[in-house]
Amino acid sequence: MFYREAGDYSTTYAEDQQTFPIRFDRYRYYIVLFIAIVVVPFVVNDYWVNSLLLPFLIYAIAALGLNILVGYCGQVSLGTGGFMAVGAYACYKFMTGVDIWWGGELLFRLPEFNIFFSVIMGGVMTAIVGVLFGLPSLRIKGFYLAVATLAAQFFLVWLFNRVAWFYNYSASGQISAPERDLFGILITGPSVAPWAAYLFCLIFTIASAVIARNLTRGASGRKWMAIRDMDIAAEIIGVNPLRAKLTAFMVSSFFIGISGALFFAVYLGAVEVGEAFGIQKSFLVLFMIIIGGLGSIFGSFAGAAFLVLLPVALKVVGVDWFGWPTDIVAHLQLVIVGLLIIVFLIAEPHGINQLWRVAKEKLRLWPFPH
Amino acid sequence: MNEQLVYTFEVIVNGLMAGVLYALVALGFVLIYKASGIFNYAQGVMALFAAMTLVGIQNGQVPFAHLINAIFGTDVHKFGWSVHSFLAILFTVAVMVLLAWMVQRFVFRHLVGQEPIILFMATIGLAYFLEGVADLMWGSELKPLDVCMAQGNCLPQGMNGWLDNTTYDAWGTGVFIDNLDIVATIVAAILVIGLIVFAQYTKQGRAMRAVADDHQAALSVGVSLNFIWVLVWSLAGFVALVAGIMWGAKSGVQFSLSLIALKALPVLMLGGFTSIPGAIVGGLIIGVGEKLFEFLIGAPFLGGATENWFAYMLALLFLVFRPQGLFGEKIIERV
Amino acid sequence: MKYKLGTYAVAAVMAASPVMADLVFPSLSYRTGPYAAGGIPFADGYADYFTMLNERDGGIGGVMTRVLECETGYNTEKGVECYESTKGEGSLVYQPLSTGITYQLIPKTTADGIPMHTMGYGRTSAANGEVFSHTFNYPANYWNGASGAINYLLEQNDGDLNGKRVALVYHNSAYGKEPIRTLQELSAKHGFEFKEVPVDHPGQEQKSQWLQIRRDKPDYVIMYGWGVMNQVAVQEAANIRFPMENFIGIWWSGSENDVLAAGDAANGYKALTFHGVGRDFPVFDDIQTHVVDKGNAAGAGDQIGTVLYNRGLYAAMLAAEAVKTAQEIHGEMDITPAMMRDGMEALEMTEAKMAALGLPNFGPEFNVSCQNHGGTGLVGMTQWDASSKTWSLVSDFAPSDMDVIGPLIAEDSEAYAAENNITPACN
Repeated sequence: MFYREAGDYSTTYAEDQQTFPIRFDRYRYYIVLFIAIVVVPFVVNDYWVNSLLLPFLIYAIAALGLNILVGYCGQVSLGTGGFMAVGAYACYKFMTGVDIWWGGELLFRLPEFNIFFSVIMGGVMTAIVGVLFGLPSLRIKGFYLAVATLAAQFFLVWLFNRVAWFYNYSASGQISAPERDLFGILITGPSVAPWAAYLFCLIFTIASAVIARNLTRGASGRKWMAIRDMDIAAEIIGVNPLRAKLTAFMVSSFFIGISGALFFAVYLGAVEVGEAFGIQKSFLVLFMIIIGGLGSIFGSFAGAAFLVLLPVALKVVGVDWFGWPTDIVAHLQLVIVGLLIIVFLIAEPHGINQLWRVAKEKLRLWPFPH
Repeated sequence: MNEQLVYTFEVIVNGLMAGVLYALVALGFVLIYKASGIFNYAQGVMALFAAMTLVGIQNGQVPFAHLINAIFGTDVHKFGWSVHSFLAILFTVAVMVLLAWMVQRFVFRHLVGQEPIILFMATIGLAYFLEGVADLMWGSELKPLDVCMAQGNCLPQGMNGWLDNTTYDAWGTGVFIDNLDIVATIVAAILVIGLIVFAQYTKQGRAMRAVADDHQAALSVGVSLNFIWVLVWSLAGFVALVAGIMWGAKSGVQFSLSLIALKALPVLMLGGFTSIPGAIVGGLIIGVGEKLFEFLIGAPFLGGATENWFAYMLALLFLVFRPQGLFGEKIIERV
Repeated sequence: MKYKLGTYAVAAVMAASPVMADLVFPSLSYRTGPYAAGGIPFADGYADYFTMLNERDGGIGGVMTRVLECETGYNTEKGVECYESTKGEGSLVYQPLSTGITYQLIPKTTADGIPMHTMGYGRTSAANGEVFSHTFNYPANYWNGASGAINYLLEQNDGDLNGKRVALVYHNSAYGKEPIRTLQELSAKHGFEFKEVPVDHPGQEQKSQWLQIRRDKPDYVIMYGWGVMNQVAVQEAANIRFPMENFIGIWWSGSENDVLAAGDAANGYKALTFHGVGRDFPVFDDIQTHVVDKGNAAGAGDQIGTVLYNRGLYAAMLAAEAVKTAQEIHGEMDITPAMMRDGMEALEMTEAKMAALGLPNFGPEFNVSCQNHGGTGLVGMTQWDASSKTWSLVSDFAPSDMDVIGPLIAEDSEAYAAENNITPACN
């Protein structure tokens, strides 16, 4: 009744090709944006930001990045944790001033970057590293590639743990974000206002989503999808597999690097590479995009929300409402998450995004399905 | 003999034995992947689940005791008996077969014909589920595992001590070999030979290979896919149990046991996902490779702890030349 | 038959209603995940002690205690969630039980004005109270541990370690790397050769590491391990017939869990400690009658007297004593986190106090001051007896080499202060 395209005329090509061609969708999108930007910052407190919103936004960026690689380009990667670590350490080095040594002498020291640009540099560095580790994808495919990217995961974590330069020679090898501000508003450090951290991450999340959406429906996105669907055929119709795969690795790693930088600088504030960016993180982000839906922007958000919110929700219900012992709740949580994943896949193998799509189809016809 | 040479030799021997243990875990993956195209992420958790079940049965623990106590306010923990290792292993095998049937009946029957990544995802769900159930059933504290090795209740009196003394110095050459590794190697070898014999010479084994080759064709000649899949999952469960015992004997049974799956992945890559001999050879190469590298290059020059990534790098190197693994089926691409 | 989950729910509802004041002790425990085996007994000991105080004494100073347990799974993100969800409930002191979560919470707790106690873990330089105003790590830290081990070895070798070789087998993480600096300094001072042998998480496979030890033939091995790494290391050391009495673990590598798997071969293995072992203390009788026999134990009740249970109990006891101190200082029974901090800073543990609590000789005597949040850094040595399956204290709580550790703490804490614009001060 409400959700339909009848009476929704496009008079220009631009209108026809916009992301949300249906007026109702568009307004819904604007309302969501409005609430996220204008309303939420005024109502959130520490708990909401630090336990739910920040991880959701940051994981959403990582999921977007990985979805470009896995969902759009079909290259399964398990190196996400390692790439996030690159983002985090690059961000740390740039925000504390990169020092270049040669032969035991300080060659030069870059000035400390602003936090905003440090995060961007985190993305850029990760993009470079991502391309490097994307090279084997030209020969290795499918699950073999997935396992091959684990080489990146383990090597990068080892490297950041081993080379003291990356953590500025601190005694324990932890990196912790010093206080930094943007236009005089604190973004990192312990006394940052919850709304500031939230807005800072939100800006990156929205920008990433818009960029990802536009890249994936443009020429590069079509090339990626051609490679995903059948790489030999794509090659024959003139898609350069080297360029397509490496750009996918690059863009994907850029986003993952950004999320790693935010994860370290804004969300946690102090990380230890093996614990924060271990193999579990790689799997977690992969789960997000599979549950959310491969090859879909909305799916990345839905998957991130599902895996960030569900454990917290289960914990609140089990421990705070029913007062069960925490260990039983933690174990039940595993059982329930596992069951939900299986039930989900049986009911809808293509993830939350597909459910959403089906719901929209139904809504279009509602209340007269025939 | 030159000391460095002796140690290098010892590294190689130890590497081979570690490789056998890796191969043992990898075997479980290969069995399932070959027969059903499922990359079974839950293999490591299955090893944990099997080992926990074994210890639980051995010690006469009440399953779900913690949950029962929490719900009903009771205070039950143990039945008060202990079961002989051999019987306990039999019971555990039965549990794993039941698990295989349930997995097949409630999960994968509904997912026939889905894409590999969806099936992979389902095994991830299964891994979560099994881990939670294992913890709820038997508790997450550390449990020492004692099958034959420590007490010598299987080997004749004094045999253990004799073995220990002989292998400590390996007949005077200064090479040290761990007892447990010898046992593991023998067990793994028997297991592999058994599996190969089973696959080659029995009716079910042939049916299994037929399914692995071509589902449709196998179906059309009257092979029951359901039965075969339950069979391979049971076999994988059995392999998981053996792997769980071997690793658990060293460190006790605890959560970390499920992480041994990560040790098997480079082996799989190297050997190919579909080849049983590949898993063995891959395991040996990875085992020797990572140990030698750590010993000769990693520890002296790179600060150590290089084994984890080196295994993957080594496999990656091999893959660049053979993208389907050493023994994997040749990838034929057609448009 | 009583339905316990139902009563839990009722109790939770009642607890949520602000009828009576209580002292809240959050317990960020981990009963799941790779380190569950170590987390369970600690959390049980922590909870049981407070339950006993409630049952036996009616709380502390007449105010009931309440333990808020939150499962972290040793995961930093979950730890943050736990902190954020419990800090609003009037939590008095945090015990994060993980290096990662500690680093997280140092700035956060300081900003929120809630004290944090990292007993025998966390950031060592937090001992400098001028910089770390809300973080406490008494009675001993990792550097005390490293120095304590070396002091013990000095004692064994008549004060001379010249030319000896000492290897450090460590968990390749922030935690494991902590003692390296101290040991390097000490090796320069005492002239022993020092070698690092890292083990990657989780440490299920340590063949190459122990082969290195066989090749290098160190006289002593010190271990900073946690989780499965401990069990495997003890097993491997036994396999290569490394003399167990020359193998010394830090306190996180010295629980029953770590040695039981190796059986008789682990006999003689040593571990550092900063608290008593075994269950020959009067307080355990009280716990038995007031907690376990009434069915209020946090665990199955079979962990009592194990090393990690005792450690949890010790942490709870120190927290309770700090509460008492705070109540005395401020003359108020229902204290706030800020008062708790004052109590912790003025805490004084004497033998008489511990004996009165039913814990004679359970820990070292120490007092905390504004400058020194780390106590006196006395550490003792325990040894495992495989036949009786008990740990026993083989040396007194002895001082560590503060001449070496002091400057290191000053250096590291000053770096932290500079990085975070903190002016070291005492007020």
